[in-house]
Amino acid sequence: MSYENKLREILLNDESIIILTTEDRSALKTIPLYADKRFIDTGINEMTMIGVATGFALRGRIPICHCYSAFMTMRAFEFIRSDIGIANLPVKLVGSFAGLLSGPNGPTHQALEDISLMRGIPNMKIFCPADDDDLDIGLETVINDSSPWYIRFNNRETNIEHNPEFEIGVAEKFDDGKDISILVYGYLFFEAYEVKKLLQKDGFDVRLINLRTLKPVDETIIIECLKESKLLVTIEDHFITGGLFSILSEIAVRNKLMTNIMPIAFENKWFKPGAVNDVLNYENLTPPMISLEIKKRFKTISNKN
Amino acid sequence: MKDFSLDVLKKSSLKVRERVIKMATKGGCFIGASLSCADLILYLYKVYLNIKLENLNSLDRDYFFLSKGHVVSALYSVFIEIGFLEEKRLENHLSINDYIYWQPNTNIKGVEFHSGSLGHLMSVACGVAEDIKLRKGKNKVVVLLGDGELNEGSNWEAILYAGSRKLNNLIAVIDRNKLQANTETEKLIKLEPLNNKFRSFGWEVRKTDGNNFEKIHSTFSLLPKKIFKPIVVIADTIRGYGVPSLESKVDKWFVHLTEEESEKLIKELYRKTKTEKVHL
Repeated sequence: MSYENKLREILLNDESIIILTTEDRSALKTIPLYADKRFIDTGINEMTMIGVATGFALRGRIPICHCYSAFMTMRAFEFIRSDIGIANLPVKLVGSFAGLLSGPNGPTHQALEDISLMRGIPNMKIFCPADDDDLDIGLETVINDSSPWYIRFNNRETNIEHNPEFEIGVAEKFDDGKDISILVYGYLFFEAYEVKKLLQKDGFDVRLINLRTLKPVDETIIIECLKESKLLVTIEDHFITGGLFSILSEIAVRNKLMTNIMPIAFENKWFKPGAVNDVLNYENLTPPMISLEIKKRFKTISNKN
Repeated sequence: MKDFSLDVLKKSSLKVRERVIKMATKGGCFIGASLSCADLILYLYKVYLNIKLENLNSLDRDYFFLSKGHVVSALYSVFIEIGFLEEKRLENHLSINDYIYWQPNTNIKGVEFHSGSLGHLMSVACGVAEDIKLRKGKNKVVVLLGDGELNEGSNWEAILYAGSRKLNNLIAVIDRNKLQANTETEKLIKLEPLNNKFRSFGWEVRKTDGNNFEKIHSTFSLLPKKIFKPIVVIADTIRGYGVPSLESKVDKWFVHLTEEESEKLIKELYRKTKTEKVHL
């Protein structure tokens, strides 16, 4: 089911849902019709939307806020932190066009630090669906959870079948290989899935983890990967600081575990703007390019051994 | 609206001020800013707003948001007057074992929402006002802001929003003491003509004397009821009001007093009241 249809279903079943947006209606086309007065387009004002959402939450509502991820998590950061975070209110933040999805807009619109920022807020939880089905599977649980949530909106169609059981803090595992483990979330799940297939074709024993929620994160499965893999790869459309590679590093250090780790992320740079497929090519993020890099890295490990 | 008794309010306001001065010892407090809006907060709770211990959990009561959170010493002193807080609790001011610190927080019963980071509660008040309208409630939302606080752009976003959304159950009160932390507002970031600014943003504007209960009462009891606009009450006030040596002094925003200094100021407070009575 599409996000819009799922959201409609949820809001029609629950009077406490309030839909807010800062003129970002790309995923909400028919929602104003169904939500009626429970839909408010606040205008181009991220701080105000978060403040208004806070007010609604204080009255027992569950506001779902929609906004370009870059502007919501950055322009309104202190509002999110101080109003929603400190008070631990059940406000849901749906950040659109995060990671690679801002495409040709350029660095001003790129949210490559959204995970880092949101996970630094106590009480805040994070859901990064891999595609439209994954979003559909997790959405209701996330909305009904009593915490504030950041949802890194991603409605990519992949036609990859997901585990229909969704549990907060539980990742989804594809295969159980012991050579290489790939950890991924969000938009690049599809590429990671293709990378897994390519590597398997070349005879590697691979496992792929779709983390689903980055906070809380599935520590058990990450520890398992740290213990069992010869090479552990993280793939994310995020800066290398504060995202999945940082999460993995923290868990590794805390548990005194180490293996060969290969992060794929944006290192201290924004990506070259363009259509998403062109960006994937330009930034060496297509499945053949990624699998080639992984194989090269795996070879250096094997040589050392 | 509850009964208005000038005598009761005047007596209460002296006690509120005395507490604020006492809270400026052992670590200090924002004494000047607190004394400028103490009368407004006291009036709102004692007369204007339907907020009491028994209805704090009700969706039908009024709301009061203190956006200029640093005047928390005035808020808590008023809370004692209306029975939200016990007098002896103030002995814990700034104690690590209690929650009476420099900014309001919801660990203290009656505080609607934490504040202190300026420019937040106007939009939060808008959200509460929206929900009241959605539920067809008759209750109202009052948010108190400082004039210096109006430097924050987030306020103007929300002021624009409230005007556009015709939030006629929302009342903003501006503590217009004409000073911000270290300087005069008009010498730093010019606010005037403030009434026209609000008017042009779609608000109904009223002015009052925020240190005169009769004038405050006449303003609030005459607020228009059947308009489709939010209302702002710009309350002219004097920072440090009630204690001549603190009044309108740029350097008396935050003050840390010794016990002796505090006692001296309390004497000054009561002496000023006596002189006023002679003049009357």
